[in-house]
Amino acid sequence: MIVDNAVLAVMFIGLTAYALFAGADFGAGVWDLLAGGTRRGRDQRDLIEHSLAPVWEANHVWLIFVLVVLWTGFPPAFAAIASTLYIPLTLAALGMIARGAAFAFRKTVPSLSVQRFFGAAFAFSSFVTPFFLGAVVGGVASGRVPPGIAKGDVVTSWINPTSALGGALAVGVCAYLAAVLLCGDAQREASAELADRFRTQALVTALVVGVIAAIGILVLRADSPRLFDGLLHRGLPLMVVSALAGLASILLLVRRRYGWARITGALAVTAVLWGWAAAQYPYILPPSMTITQAAAGHTTQTTMLVSLLIGSVLLLPALVFLYTLFQRAHNERTTV
Amino acid sequence: MIAEQLRLVALDAPADFVYARSQMALSLGWHIIVASTGVAFPGMVVFAEWRGHAGDADMARLARTWARAIGVLFAVGAVSGTILSFEMGMLWPGLMSRFGEIYGYPFTLEGFAFFLEAIFVGIYLFGWDRLSPRAHMLCAVPIILSGIAGAFFVVAANAWMNTPTGFRLENGQVVGAQPVAAMFNPSTAAEVVHMLLAAWMVVGFSVASVYAVGMLRGRRDRYHRLGLLLPLTAAVIAAPVQIVVGDWIAGVVAEHQPVKLAALEAHYETSRGVALSIGGIYLDNELRYEISIPRGLSLLVDHDPNSEVIGLDSVPPDQRPPVNITHLAYDTMVGVGFALAALAAWTALAWWRRRDIPRTKWYLRAVALSGIAAVAALEAGWVATEVGRQPWIVYQVMLTSEAVSTAPGLRYGFYAVFLVYVVLTVMTVYVLRRLAGRHEARAPQEAEPSEPPRAEAAPR
Repeated sequence: MIVDNAVLAVMFIGLTAYALFAGADFGAGVWDLLAGGTRRGRDQRDLIEHSLAPVWEANHVWLIFVLVVLWTGFPPAFAAIASTLYIPLTLAALGMIARGAAFAFRKTVPSLSVQRFFGAAFAFSSFVTPFFLGAVVGGVASGRVPPGIAKGDVVTSWINPTSALGGALAVGVCAYLAAVLLCGDAQREASAELADRFRTQALVTALVVGVIAAIGILVLRADSPRLFDGLLHRGLPLMVVSALAGLASILLLVRRRYGWARITGALAVTAVLWGWAAAQYPYILPPSMTITQAAAGHTTQTTMLVSLLIGSVLLLPALVFLYTLFQRAHNERTTV
Repeated sequence: MIAEQLRLVALDAPADFVYARSQMALSLGWHIIVASTGVAFPGMVVFAEWRGHAGDADMARLARTWARAIGVLFAVGAVSGTILSFEMGMLWPGLMSRFGEIYGYPFTLEGFAFFLEAIFVGIYLFGWDRLSPRAHMLCAVPIILSGIAGAFFVVAANAWMNTPTGFRLENGQVVGAQPVAAMFNPSTAAEVVHMLLAAWMVVGFSVASVYAVGMLRGRRDRYHRLGLLLPLTAAVIAAPVQIVVGDWIAGVVAEHQPVKLAALEAHYETSRGVALSIGGIYLDNELRYEISIPRGLSLLVDHDPNSEVIGLDSVPPDQRPPVNITHLAYDTMVGVGFALAALAAWTALAWWRRRDIPRTKWYLRAVALSGIAAVAALEAGWVATEVGRQPWIVYQVMLTSEAVSTAPGLRYGFYAVFLVYVVLTVMTVYVLRRLAGRHEARAPQEAEPSEPPRAEAAPR
């Protein structure tokens, strides 16, 4: 029981890392899409590419991590989610393929028009992929994925108000995280003009996300009363933390304190994710399948926990090495 | 009685069963080629880099070009691997739901291996001119190790589908799951070694074939010769070993999956002193137009010409795999394997006598073809083992038709994935060709055009 919760918590840490790191990468793609014409958007696109290039694969692997822990630790839940929600998951996977391939290929092709095509594919898929993933979360959280294989409705499980909210929030949050991150990167590169452009974009996005969240309260009350209730009770402290952190990051943006704005922005997103988890606890597939019911056998779960701990010991130093090497190179570029 | 039940299950299989299987086959068949480069290529690249740091300018250029190819292939492999993990649940929820706690476990470990590989591929490419030569080459070590570890975990999961162990069934429920024991099932060792060697052969012959084509077109400089020799050396060592390992894995299949072996060999009647059949067409429980080697199969399976070999007749018809695909795919793999071993012997002989590759154009033509041949053998081998396990997804425990998703409309997913893979294939080939030809092209992990290393400034 405790072991089951621990394995799920580790999976949720992976999900949080995916939302923050890959989320910022997706958001960067959104800004790539909205950067304007080829010439006008060039600086912005260059910075985006520079910030993404060495880390996006590692960031992407968090999703694989979430999937493998879910299917080993909670097999029936994974089977139910993947089979009922296979349409948005396929669309998200196609988006990821388009995105990864476009990003991989666009530097090596000679012709500008093909490069533009890949750029557009990259940007467009950065927009739709988080939407579908958010819709998947909405389907699960609103109780539209019953246990069993393809037992839910393959259409209404993800085309519904809560999924629409989840998708919109996901895109908005990704764009916000990216804009805040890019503010800092632009500032470090001593490009005040670019930093200001991202700052404006971040503030506008913050406003949009705030409006979506406010509408979301009404949507959830009407469409997912159980989730709404959970968020208001068990999830309430985390929702409050999220709102406060979000407001703080806006204030910090206004005052151009980009480093702190990153941290508070990330905190706001983390609190929403864990608030969702708290709201539907102890259910993994509300309203019928609990975490314990979905959990694998005791030996598997303890083996998983040990493996996850050993794996983290190997993984975390490597990640730190990647990011420090990357940041150091960033700083060197500034001083040249 | 059991046969009757199985037939009912087969009839109950959803309409899109074929599409689900095709989608999985396409995704896996595509990914395995890219995955092989992740397993076998980094070792060759870091060897070339080492010679480059020692002052060999051609080796330095080769290392840089190959590293970029790894960058592209790794990026593509990351996404094609992601869709595979989605497909596990989207297409085979029955398998994951019941056996995820056993079958899924090696994939968790593979998740870590892949993560480490992704991190260090990023560091390796991004840090090319930013790290000291020693630190940079050390970064390749985790890439190589996690590549091999990843291959072990994934192939161990596949081996478990062939020889499932590490659990008990009580009224159809899995109890007492032992994921670690399951990972070390009877098929694991032979399958993993077979696949690792296959990866070395695929990469070695494919990369060598690129430079063989260049040499056939008259570019016979040292750069092209090294580009041919280095990867080919790896393949030349792996090819003969693979034949010995092939015998080992066939023995494992004969012991644990006799019906699969019978399908691989298109052998119907359980009997003694069985002939080895090559090629042919299997119709009405009989193989026709084959080349027959008397007592060959008995000899190969038991190393005794009179031993008994179990045939397809040992199980009811609906528990037999499709024989023609299995048998012909198997023969293709074995045939190509022997041809590649012969090419390896030719190379070794010429090298032993004159310290040079054979001078005839026919040799270069053979090497030019060897890359595609090795890929064909890899695909044929996977077709043989996967189709040969049918109708089971978990051998003698769960039918593939029980595992498939019952969701409607799976075929549209197949159509979409098919289209995406066509585009992905065209683009990957195009980009790799450009990387081979033009050295200023960049890998996706490199952020900006950096100063070319001195070694690269040498005229082409």
